Amino acid sequence: MTIIVRPESRRGSEGRVTVEKISRRAILKGLGITGGLVLAAPVMSRQALAAYQTGAGKMPHGTVVDPKVFVAIASDGIVTIVTHRSEMGTGVRTSLPLIVAEEMEADWSRVKVKQAPGDEVKYGNQDTDGSRSTRHYLIPMRQIGASARSMLESAAAKRWGVPVGEVKAVNHEVVHSASGRKLGFGDLAADAAKEAVPDVETVKLKDPKTFRYLGKGQVSIVDLRDITMGKAHYGSDTRLPGMKYAVIARPPVTGGKLVSFDASEALKVSGVEKVMEVKGWPWPSKFQPLGGVAVVARNTGAAIKGRDALKIVWDDGDNAKHDSVAYRAELEEAARKPGLVVRQEGDVEAALKSADKVITGEYYLPHLAHASMEPPVAVADVKDGKAEIWAPVQSPGGTREDVAKTLGIPEGNVTVNVTLLGGGFGRKSKCDFALEAALLSKELGVPVKVQWTREDDLRHDYLHTVSVERIEAGLDKAGKVIAWRHRSVAPTILSTFAAKSTHAAAFELGMGLVDMPFEIANIQCENPEVAAHTRIGWFRSVSNIPRAFAVQSMVGEIAQATGRDQKDMLLELIGSPRIVKLDSVKDLWNYGEPYDSYPIDTGRLRRVVEYVAEHGKWGRPVPKGHGLGIAAHRSFVSYIATIIEVSVSDKGKLTVHQVDTAIDCGTFVNPERIQSQIEGAAVMGLSLAKHGEITFKDGRVQQGNFDTFPVVRIDEAPLVTNVHIVPADADTPPSGAGEPGLPPFAPALANAIFAATGKRIRALPIGRQLEA
Amino acid sequence: MQSEGAIMIKVKINGEERSWDGDPDLSLLWLLRDEIGLTGTKFGCGVAVCGSCTVIVDQRAVRSCVTSVADVAGRDVTTIEGLHPSGDHPVQKAWRQANVPQCGHCQAGQIMQAAALLIENPKPSHDQIREAMSGNICRCGCYQRIENAVHLASTGV
Repeated sequence: MTIIVRPESRRGSEGRVTVEKISRRAILKGLGITGGLVLAAPVMSRQALAAYQTGAGKMPHGTVVDPKVFVAIASDGIVTIVTHRSEMGTGVRTSLPLIVAEEMEADWSRVKVKQAPGDEVKYGNQDTDGSRSTRHYLIPMRQIGASARSMLESAAAKRWGVPVGEVKAVNHEVVHSASGRKLGFGDLAADAAKEAVPDVETVKLKDPKTFRYLGKGQVSIVDLRDITMGKAHYGSDTRLPGMKYAVIARPPVTGGKLVSFDASEALKVSGVEKVMEVKGWPWPSKFQPLGGVAVVARNTGAAIKGRDALKIVWDDGDNAKHDSVAYRAELEEAARKPGLVVRQEGDVEAALKSADKVITGEYYLPHLAHASMEPPVAVADVKDGKAEIWAPVQSPGGTREDVAKTLGIPEGNVTVNVTLLGGGFGRKSKCDFALEAALLSKELGVPVKVQWTREDDLRHDYLHTVSVERIEAGLDKAGKVIAWRHRSVAPTILSTFAAKSTHAAAFELGMGLVDMPFEIANIQCENPEVAAHTRIGWFRSVSNIPRAFAVQSMVGEIAQATGRDQKDMLLELIGSPRIVKLDSVKDLWNYGEPYDSYPIDTGRLRRVVEYVAEHGKWGRPVPKGHGLGIAAHRSFVSYIATIIEVSVSDKGKLTVHQVDTAIDCGTFVNPERIQSQIEGAAVMGLSLAKHGEITFKDGRVQQGNFDTFPVVRIDEAPLVTNVHIVPADADTPPSGAGEPGLPPFAPALANAIFAATGKRIRALPIGRQLEA
Repeated sequence: MQSEGAIMIKVKINGEERSWDGDPDLSLLWLLRDEIGLTGTKFGCGVAVCGSCTVIVDQRAVRSCVTSVADVAGRDVTTIEGLHPSGDHPVQKAWRQANVPQCGHCQAGQIMQAAALLIENPKPSHDQIREAMSGNICRCGCYQRIENAVHLASTGV
């Protein structure tokens, strides 16, 4: 049974561009809920522990709760569970089917997982981003599993001629304990399939006390063995008969275009078969290809060699002079002047004037590239008005729509097969690489793989934004913070979709700026305007990275100025346990979730700080030259706090000795994967803090590979990362785990470096700042 | 495999004799992936700075992205597919025991690098593990588990 769906009224917005949609891709769709079928609220049954609502129903195509779509049982008892979300390393391909298996009493060792193609009418929303898979699908997947269990039980009761209340599914069989009879799921499969699907609102969910898998120990990911054997199938691993291999030379400057090219030398390269123009879209090009010149060959190596031999003349366009040094000065200037007020409580101007002391921190965070280990890649086979795609995409449904639009064919004629993603981090929410493959295959009439090189990846990314965050904190005579003004200026993701977008979207403002949870009488948040000169996109945890860095560094600066302990200062600023009211914020973006279910709860924020302080031994004595730093941040409706111990040698060598992170992500499914996400966030956090920077000169990205865009390697990774998951009741709504580990890392590191050295890092990356 | 009348290069891959008469400068990586179909070896950077493409040539870890087919003429190449017939090399087993991978894309290269390390140094210290594995990038950040898994493999699973 598919839940009834009905359109929900579009939430209003003022001015330029509507940004109410919680889906990252939905910005494309005329910026509101228009065509998609939307699951009516309440999404979740309010009975049996599901006493909360999520934003799942507002996603394009909402949620589908239908065991006949998601579960198949073979006569040999093998249960196949469909997963409709993309696996990029978070473990979702394991976690969601595990939820179904839990509720239906399937034995996990007899479950196979099948990846759904892009089809949101059938499966519901598939946008795997925003750390929302578990929080949107915990209850739907439980309902699907419970429905399947109920159908199996009904089938068994009928077979035996006993009331259904007398039978019970237990570990892959249905048991009639009164008579001692048992039937395996395989024996019941055919009959169960004939049963009516029960009403999702009344189907009885298991008592969490009886869970075998959920929230328990260590469940390995389903692809583990294949990964260790080189058999796991990623985007680049698709091979089709007659398939050609292509790489593309794209305009080196965003908004540039092809003038002319000379392919004569390229065509002499052994294995090169064809050189052709690829259609590009004018900037802002959304998810459409940038265009350029494709070299098509019998293998990727030949295509790359051929591309190296091309002679191309580009028109660099309006961004030809874009320069990161000048742009930083522009951002700083903007941050020093009043900007659009996006949150206002009390009278900040007056409070800053009357303050005994004003502490000002101006923080700079550069562009970052996603640099997933698998660069963008896609295979397309377009023929007879139909298209089949194999690609590592975070948005299978959106990719299907975009392929259809780009080729001018009906969506029903497009199949998007979702491979494993060799990392995503938000990059693969944008399907430009799949569209390139589709265009080339259509043109050539054969299957084509488009492979991005690492240089392509770094030079044509949808970059994490660059920003200046300026905070002024006013203190009274007693050292209490009475005023807080935060100006955040950064090119907006909206600029990728709508020309001349100069202010942040509501979803960007809601990531660490207007949702700042401190208990301060006078607060003002401002967003001065700035134009973008390159493609800006979502990067794991998005605007939370600069905002958390600024806010949590400022906590350290205030502690330093007033001679207080960082953790005590942080708790004092968080203030009393309460639900934060943000009445002055227009269109507050709460990660797409209803505020009632997922409010900003400072009690929970305090608790993760206290939890990490206890388990991570805050305040422990450390050797000379070492220092401890702490930071806490709520993002993706989860609460995280991190303690880092560093040392800095006389020559400025930074060593991260220990990381302790506490995460409160509500009720959870697979703690093993939460742990791995947080461990990984520490490494990515260190990468961005220490090395991460993409810069422009003459409109061109100056970095090209991991030599010029270094990421942390094992020999500089944190020596130990401990993850402390805050226990949660089953009725605490689940929240994000993939992204929220990242934001607190860099400020905790900066605070630790200050404790170790007395040097305050206000600009990232740290680079050689500690050497001076 | 390609009939351009060029030089015929023979190379043994996972115990099987292969020949190539195309561009002798073609990277071993693309021969493996595109021409032979051994896709377990991954492309990550193309310039030997990430280790995703690591294979073992005559007992030593080699970055296949910067190794030409001509370079391995007459030599023995082992890829992830050929490391162990049933995927139960001690390093592979340790990897599973430690639940190392996240996205998994770099893991074939990591495993081949670790296997080569253990050939050279069967009992590496933690410092030696970190040094030997430092050419292999994992963007997901599985390093703590990689270090533990190599240690586990060296001490017996």
